[in-house]
Amino acid sequence: MTYATHEGAKRHGSLLTVDAKTKTRNAAETRFRIYGIIAILAGLSFLVILAFSIIRSGLPAFSANMVEVELTLTPEQYADAEAQLFKTRAYEQVFNAAFTSELQERGLDTEFDAESIQRIIGNTGATLRSFYRANEDMLGQPVTFNLPTASRVDGYFKGRLLRENVTDSRFLTLADLDLADELKEAGLIQSKFNWTFITGKDSSVDNPGGAGIGASVVGSFAMMLVVLFLSLPIGVAASIYLEEFAPKNRWTDLIEVNISNLAAVPSIVFGILGLAAFIQFAHLPQSAPLVGGLVLTLMTLPTIIISTRASLKSVPPSIRDAALGVGASKMQAVFHHVLPLAMPGILTGTIIGLAQALGETAPLLLIGMVGFVAREYPGGLASAFMDPNSAMPAQIYTWAARSDDAFYEKAWGGIIILMVFLLAMNILAIILRRRFERRW
Amino acid sequence: MSKLTFTTSAVAILALSAGAAVARDNVQIAGSSTVLPYASIVAELFGDNTDFPTPVVESGGSSSGLARFCEGVGENTIDIANSSRAIREREIEACAANGVTDIIEVRIGYDGIVFASQINGPAFTAFSQSDIFLALADKIVVDGAIVDNRPATWADVNPDLPAVEIAAFIPGTKHGTREVFEEKVLLQGCEDTGQMAAMMEAGLSEDDAEDACMAVRTDGASVDIDGDYTETLARIDANTNGIGVFGLSFYENNTDKLKVATMGGVAPSTATIASAEYPVSRPLFFYIKKAHIGVIPGLKEYAQFFMSDEVAGPNGPLANYGLVSDPELASVQATIESETVMGGGM
Repeated sequence: MTYATHEGAKRHGSLLTVDAKTKTRNAAETRFRIYGIIAILAGLSFLVILAFSIIRSGLPAFSANMVEVELTLTPEQYADAEAQLFKTRAYEQVFNAAFTSELQERGLDTEFDAESIQRIIGNTGATLRSFYRANEDMLGQPVTFNLPTASRVDGYFKGRLLRENVTDSRFLTLADLDLADELKEAGLIQSKFNWTFITGKDSSVDNPGGAGIGASVVGSFAMMLVVLFLSLPIGVAASIYLEEFAPKNRWTDLIEVNISNLAAVPSIVFGILGLAAFIQFAHLPQSAPLVGGLVLTLMTLPTIIISTRASLKSVPPSIRDAALGVGASKMQAVFHHVLPLAMPGILTGTIIGLAQALGETAPLLLIGMVGFVAREYPGGLASAFMDPNSAMPAQIYTWAARSDDAFYEKAWGGIIILMVFLLAMNILAIILRRRFERRW
Repeated sequence: MSKLTFTTSAVAILALSAGAAVARDNVQIAGSSTVLPYASIVAELFGDNTDFPTPVVESGGSSSGLARFCEGVGENTIDIANSSRAIREREIEACAANGVTDIIEVRIGYDGIVFASQINGPAFTAFSQSDIFLALADKIVVDGAIVDNRPATWADVNPDLPAVEIAAFIPGTKHGTREVFEEKVLLQGCEDTGQMAAMMEAGLSEDDAEDACMAVRTDGASVDIDGDYTETLARIDANTNGIGVFGLSFYENNTDKLKVATMGGVAPSTATIASAEYPVSRPLFFYIKKAHIGVIPGLKEYAQFFMSDEVAGPNGPLANYGLVSDPELASVQATIESETVMGGGM
């Protein structure tokens, strides 16, 4: 309020008339507000564009054009197929022949043969073989299968592949598209929710229809467990010691600075460290979620230590003083009073650290979790940690690098799933904070 | 609370040390990103068709795959290295130094390298190796003197080509494909144009002349792509005049986006590559660590399955994806069967 009594202000008329100086000041303030609003709008529009493009590119991954077919496999055909080296091919041939003759009985306009069916429906062998191997009693009886169409036909129905871009090749011919259109009209090909994408495993470049993110979700989950069970206790113990017990001297200052620096180290560095320490020196298996979890633990620790120390610091000293005043030991004061009050902040920091680790790809490149890895669901608890598996971001990276468009679509779909997990974790962190945080 | 924390960390550390003792029961493969699609197809089929677990196939490039292969013998090293070129003498020595002495070489077939441009771009439909060399070489000989080679448009190189700026996206030096590009395109073009002879006349030794032939201009007209073909495709997508180097199978999977150029008048296809009419092709390999056969379950079976007539033959899934199958498949099968190691007869 000093300016009101200023000499200059008194000399120039009343406060009620706006003079030139005030006008410029007000204009500057208005301009600044407009800049602020523009910045926020720009940020928001980037977010909207990003979300829109992710959803638009990723949503098709959640549906698939499936063929519903009834097939009867005789025990002779089964024995014959199992006797071969390339068994799945034999199943495919049986299926193609059966489906071709069934369609020919219906009398379709388009001419076709078993090879067209192979091009339209694609990889059926593995599905059929695993079903009959598990259910030998179903031999000789009609069984209904839901089989995905080949990626190009699926892309054609989803608008990814345009008819004018199709030239007859060994992958697809224009006549195949006519046949597929006819099957779609007859209701034999239907667009369904793609459960395989959610629950499935990675598949080879030749079989995009069979690819799913499920196995790598399990891999990510195993890694997150390792990170949680290692980084939370280590991080909390380290921060309690540094914050409550450690003497303030040059050594603890040095440690503090280094922890802050560690938080800024690029994650790929942790990958190289993990490769050298865990795989080459400690001889842990390659591509194992355990190693991935250990590497990500190193990466998450600084985040957890920094946020834990901040929340320990925010507990008012009066709490400690009161506890010490009634005769509690230092440790009792910390564990009975300070830590419970700091817990919401610690948990929030941990969850945010975990979310960061969940989306990390770079260190996984170096420890062999990128590639054709997420091929099997783990058989048990130990194998979930020790057997080769991938992780969600690594799986997305792998898919995005494949030549077939169908995998690109799956990469976007994978991003949606990853975002859902991240969003859920962040919402959990917000809820925890809102619910338990105490203001002093 | 503190007790709980210490117990959990103790349990975690125990679990860690126990982990080291678990035996590996799946085959581990790493190497060339060109071989990766084929290896992943076979790995999936191998898991589907046998009772062995599906092998793990990692990417990373031929050199890094072979380097990991040569790290030593034991469960924490890989069993098979995929490579888009033959193993080098230097790598065999590095292997031997680490105890990896018995290596089985398996040639899986041939891969064609094609030049392709955006489907909506100018008509680059006919190239010869000389055109590519004259457009991309760093230095050429003019009137007996070695000068910087800086043509701006393709028409400057060959009047039959479109008059658009030169923008080539070629594989980076860590790719196996680069070697084929250098030897089968640049060096060949260098010889065809008589530049090689001219360089030697200008005073270069044969080795220096070869190096000069394979040196690519660095003024931005030629861009090294260190990623995979999807990156090249993205660059071509963004540049109407761009020309990219792709594998045949990648091109065949993206015929709706790419337009392919002939080389010396021959269009690339599995047939022209198998007959060696199309000049730019290379064999693909994988290398097996013999010491791991019998230790890692399914290793030999994987190799046998890979190279069986049904899989690697002309009607198999690999040929369908774009591999040109090896006419001498039977001898490769025999090599695996007898576990014949490299250099055995030499």
